[in-house]
Amino acid sequence: MANKSASANQTLIAVELHGARAATHERTSLNRGYAIFLLPGVILFLLVIILPFLVNVGVSFTRWQGVGTPRWIGLANYQQAFTDTTFWASFRNNLILIIAITVVPTIVGLLLSSLLFDYVARRFGKSVSNFFRAGFYLPQILPVAIAGVVWGWLLKPDGAVNWVLNSVGLNALAHNWLGDATTALPTVMVIMVWFQIGYPLVIFMAALQRIDPELLEAAAIDGASGFQGFIHITLPLIRPEIAVVILTTTIYALKIFGQIFVLTRGGPGTATMVPAYFAYQNFFEKFNVGYGAAISTVMAFIILLLTAAFIFAQSRQEVGSEAWT
Amino acid sequence: MTRTPRLAQGIGQYVTLIALLALLLLMLAPFGLVVINAFKTPTEYASNGPISLPGGLYLQGLVDFWNRVDFTNKLVNSTLISLSVAILAVVVSLLNAFALGIGRVRGRVLFLIFFMVASTLPHESLAYPLYYFAKFVKLYDTQFSIILIFTVIQSAFGTYLLSSVFSTFPREMIEAATVDGCNKLQLLVRIVAPVSLPSLSVLFTFFFIWTWNEFFLPLIMLISNSKQTVPLAIAILQGQHNMDATTTSASALLGILPCILFFLLFQRTLTRGITAGAIK
Repeated sequence: MANKSASANQTLIAVELHGARAATHERTSLNRGYAIFLLPGVILFLLVIILPFLVNVGVSFTRWQGVGTPRWIGLANYQQAFTDTTFWASFRNNLILIIAITVVPTIVGLLLSSLLFDYVARRFGKSVSNFFRAGFYLPQILPVAIAGVVWGWLLKPDGAVNWVLNSVGLNALAHNWLGDATTALPTVMVIMVWFQIGYPLVIFMAALQRIDPELLEAAAIDGASGFQGFIHITLPLIRPEIAVVILTTTIYALKIFGQIFVLTRGGPGTATMVPAYFAYQNFFEKFNVGYGAAISTVMAFIILLLTAAFIFAQSRQEVGSEAWT
Repeated sequence: MTRTPRLAQGIGQYVTLIALLALLLLMLAPFGLVVINAFKTPTEYASNGPISLPGGLYLQGLVDFWNRVDFTNKLVNSTLISLSVAILAVVVSLLNAFALGIGRVRGRVLFLIFFMVASTLPHESLAYPLYYFAKFVKLYDTQFSIILIFTVIQSAFGTYLLSSVFSTFPREMIEAATVDGCNKLQLLVRIVAPVSLPSLSVLFTFFFIWTWNEFFLPLIMLISNSKQTVPLAIAILQGQHNMDATTTSASALLGILPCILFFLLFQRTLTRGITAGAIK
């Protein structure tokens, strides 16, 4: 996935939470003298992530133009956000984008991976299914900004998409796709589906490999259709991967910036405004640094909450050991 | 094992294959359009439209764009930044994971949660302070600032991926080395690092590509043209100039090509790594 430093495998923590209990018992003198190796990492993390994050939270309680002394205003930025229609529009758009980034790609990825793995690979060979997998994954290797440039070019009023529509006689459909407030967000959603399909596909195809084919065959002998086998056997078995895909793509959706910056800059109006771009605007274009800090703190808070909920759910679930080793 | 007649099944499977091919073609159409239009003259584009194949291999659009953004410079910048980050972040991940996965230091779960939280935080919530600090210590608009920041961000992911790999590291090997008088540093350099080389190479590849593709923080930190990365330079030029259609597709092609190259070079590592990232 193009931007998967966020491809956090939170699942691992859940596994670690289990492992740690066992580990405390076997701690021996062998384990001494390692702490020093953590030192560079911890110092770097404090400097580059923790300190800036805390400062940002602090700034969110101030009015500050980026120069001079920040003036403490308490929760006023958050109150302002609460009544700011652009703020709400940005989060509403973000929720809608989750459909294009998480919901649709996960469902299509499940169906496609199952089709490629259980049907195409069996009848036409593995190289054919691998070819399709690589092809569908291709958009994922692009930097988001470049993907944005490509689509911005295709969708210009005189671009390729409208040219094709005109040349097949559908002139009525030709449109300023990104420039019209009613079509801008749906258009960005289509682009995001295109961009995202490959990620769940690759993860799910790997997941399917650890399902014993005899299970599906036994079900088929008992009279289950291919679709029933998919619902009752395949889906439950790859649930860990589905959970990971849903979490990582939801977090990714909440952070979306590059595509919006290149394609629409949040416009027209606030039609495609997202929190990340709204924060950027306040930081670097409007110089409302305190307000930008408040927006980004809300973003961070939502993302941390999602992550925590996920870790909690995973560690309660007593994750099936065969899935994780 | 449904009892469909052979013939119907035979036709059915080719219908499926053709449907899949059609879907794939639709997905790849944007790439195809970029390629064919990058090699057209502007007049050719104006008269024949974006769908027709180019009459010849017109390279001037690519050359002009290359010179206009000094693309060699952008390639050098991106390579320098991504390569430095990949190497340094692998080293930091290795050190952290050595302490957490092999050493099982006290409070390792808390440390792991710390690193994970650090990696999930949106960059927007760090950006302004980082920008301000960077200005303060005169690192603003230097590639070093981006290298430092992404070394830390990438190694958060690396730390818990490697920690999990190391938790299954054969204990006998560590004990044997300790009995032979290996100190901790020797243990890391001579035993743990070489044995885990496959995992390290997966991390290296990922860090390189992720850093190459980054947009938001480079946009904020690298303000002068001569320091910018490939995606940044192309995206910014796109916004500033009203470029004609063939130049835009030439620029998009130049942005896509390095990624296709990485994809072909690292395809195996990538597929292995993506799945490891999800499950491990």
